[in-house]
Amino acid sequence: MSAQAATTPGRTSRTSRTLRGALRRREAAIALVLVLVVVGTALVQPSFLLSGGGWRDLLLTPAILAVLAVGQAMVVFTRNIDLSVGSVLGFTAYVTGSLFVAVPGIPVVAVTLAAVAVGALLGLVNGALVAFARVPSLVITLGTLYVYRGLVLTWAGSDRIDAGEMPRSFLALGTRQVLTVPVLTIVAAVVLAVAAYYMTTSRSGRQLYAIGSDPEAADVAGLPVRRRVLTVFVVSGALAGLAGVMFAARYGSVSSAAGTGLELQVVGAVVVGGVAIFGGSGTVAGAAIGAMLLVTINRALPVVGIPDFWQRAVVGVLILGAIILDRVLAVRRSRRLAETREAESSGAGADDVEHRGSA
Amino acid sequence: MTTTATTTPRPAVAVHARPWWRRALLTREWATVALLAVVYAVALGTVTGFDGPLTITYLVLDITPVLLVAMPMTAIILTGEIDLSVASVVGLSSVTLGVLYQAGLPMAAAALAAALVGVLCGLVNGTLVAYLGLPSLAVTIGTLALFRGLAVGLLGTTAVTTFPESWTDGARATFGDSPLPVVTVVLAVVVVAFAVLLHATPFGRDVFDIGRTREAARFSGVDVRRTLLVLFVLSGLVSALAGVYYTLRYGSARGDNATGLELQVVAAVLLGGVSIFGGRGAVHGVVAGVLLIGVLAAALRLENVTVNLINIVIGALLVLSVVSPRVVAAVARRRRPVSSKAHRPERDRSIERSQR
Repeated sequence: MSAQAATTPGRTSRTSRTLRGALRRREAAIALVLVLVVVGTALVQPSFLLSGGGWRDLLLTPAILAVLAVGQAMVVFTRNIDLSVGSVLGFTAYVTGSLFVAVPGIPVVAVTLAAVAVGALLGLVNGALVAFARVPSLVITLGTLYVYRGLVLTWAGSDRIDAGEMPRSFLALGTRQVLTVPVLTIVAAVVLAVAAYYMTTSRSGRQLYAIGSDPEAADVAGLPVRRRVLTVFVVSGALAGLAGVMFAARYGSVSSAAGTGLELQVVGAVVVGGVAIFGGSGTVAGAAIGAMLLVTINRALPVVGIPDFWQRAVVGVLILGAIILDRVLAVRRSRRLAETREAESSGAGADDVEHRGSA
Repeated sequence: MTTTATTTPRPAVAVHARPWWRRALLTREWATVALLAVVYAVALGTVTGFDGPLTITYLVLDITPVLLVAMPMTAIILTGEIDLSVASVVGLSSVTLGVLYQAGLPMAAAALAAALVGVLCGLVNGTLVAYLGLPSLAVTIGTLALFRGLAVGLLGTTAVTTFPESWTDGARATFGDSPLPVVTVVLAVVVVAFAVLLHATPFGRDVFDIGRTREAARFSGVDVRRTLLVLFVLSGLVSALAGVYYTLRYGSARGDNATGLELQVVAAVLLGGVSIFGGRGAVHGVVAGVLLIGVLAAALRLENVTVNLINIVIGALLVLSVVSPRVVAAVARRRRPVSSKAHRPERDRSIERSQR
């Protein structure tokens, strides 16, 4: 009975409770910051939001990072990390370009599927090493970061694939809009929707959180830890593969250095989005919003008159602020829990006080 | 509470059953040293020009920043934490040196200020990690961006290249006719200092204890917070030193100096046998790890192999270095006779624990 009392906060109506719960959520906070940034920048320069180009860029530029962040978030839920995503993106972007060069007239769908498959394969290597050799993912994916980048550098050399070598219909995807929404953004939104649905409704999705909260307990409880960890790395690789295709379509030219250093940006986006770096909590939506915020702030700074050289410093402050905020919230939550527990233990006394108050 | 329940004592009897020389030599660190010796010997025998005097000079000059930063990184990883902001501190101290020298400060004062900036960066990291209890991986990814952003923000795309020649030549000078660069002295001092600090002082014991079981270390009176703060400050200071060296060696202070160095350093440290979970590792292994990467890169470059293949080799070595002990353990487990079945689960767990 007392446990129930702890979970139901008060006599407020159900809708207002859900509303307040939603507002208190970490994703809402970050979304609010995003809205403030966009509105604030638009006040300085209306074309940032209101012009056709501004609206398009606002939606288009975060698409690639958001797709990567969704994959990374799923890995981080399980208390792992995938540092190789930047290299996988570079690899698959080059695969995309070379396929167009090698097989003239190849359909875009086939190329996309091929790139996603290659990404999934690279992710499978990561996942197999992490899950079956039981080696920390930070070390493994740091290693494969170098290996995959080395492979694409060796393969591509100093070559780059230019826009002229890729079909125009493919490049158009990078900029085309449907009802003012860019195609790449729709792709990112679909990825996010599918991942969010999977994470919230499926049994295996919920298991990812359990694994991240306590891997040993999850193992003891009989969850297929290895298989789930393997799967998230394959998913992360496949999404990085998809991001590689998006990269090629968006920028029109691919060099072997595509995506270098992107891994830390992605991890930064995930952290800003409220995903705990040691697993077990957070949402894919938060990660995607985090990615959008990072990219949007980067674009907003020059508009507000801050030279874009300072972008990375602002991003750094944002990441630190997000971690500190999470910490503060966690401390408050545990303090409140302790208080409720104390109130429960002296429950009779509290009842007395209430009676006297009403009388 | 759960952590104390899962940490059973190490299999002390099994370890001491072996003779001391096997215990001392059959370690992960000496495996790296042996691999280094083999690679060096093979390179001497097969790579034309590898025995030339310039090879050693450039080898030392190239590995200096990595080896310098690898020392505090070893200490931090031994506690189970990590500092990914080191390369950005290198960049920021480089820019500080350049900007202040350009503003008219004497070179020595500018270098001192750069070191101070490094200490400040370390204080920021250390305070956030040790006293606010935030995860170092996330914190230092944030400060990686922050410090790099400050560096790039201060200088933009320009570079300061007007350093006095006496200083830039000093960074590249060698002892008379010998191939050994003068900077070797700095390297030796820093490496020996960290070796003594970690392996022969109470502070070093604390570092290992924190890495093994943090709770137990705290209950036995180790000041975990102060120890971590000191390590992060040392990391900032040494990174700033590396930044000053980096600037002088290439004669240029730029915002993007040493970008990506952090992952090279972490790779070298882990290759040297330091466990990413903390509590296990040694300075001589890390020195061998850094040298191994340096020798491989030097040899492959002389063979006209591009940087790309070197990346592949380093990455593969890193993966192999953590996977191979697992494979060996798994094979050994399978070979064990059935009669010891009763002991099996316990043995398995002890192996797993010692791997951490």
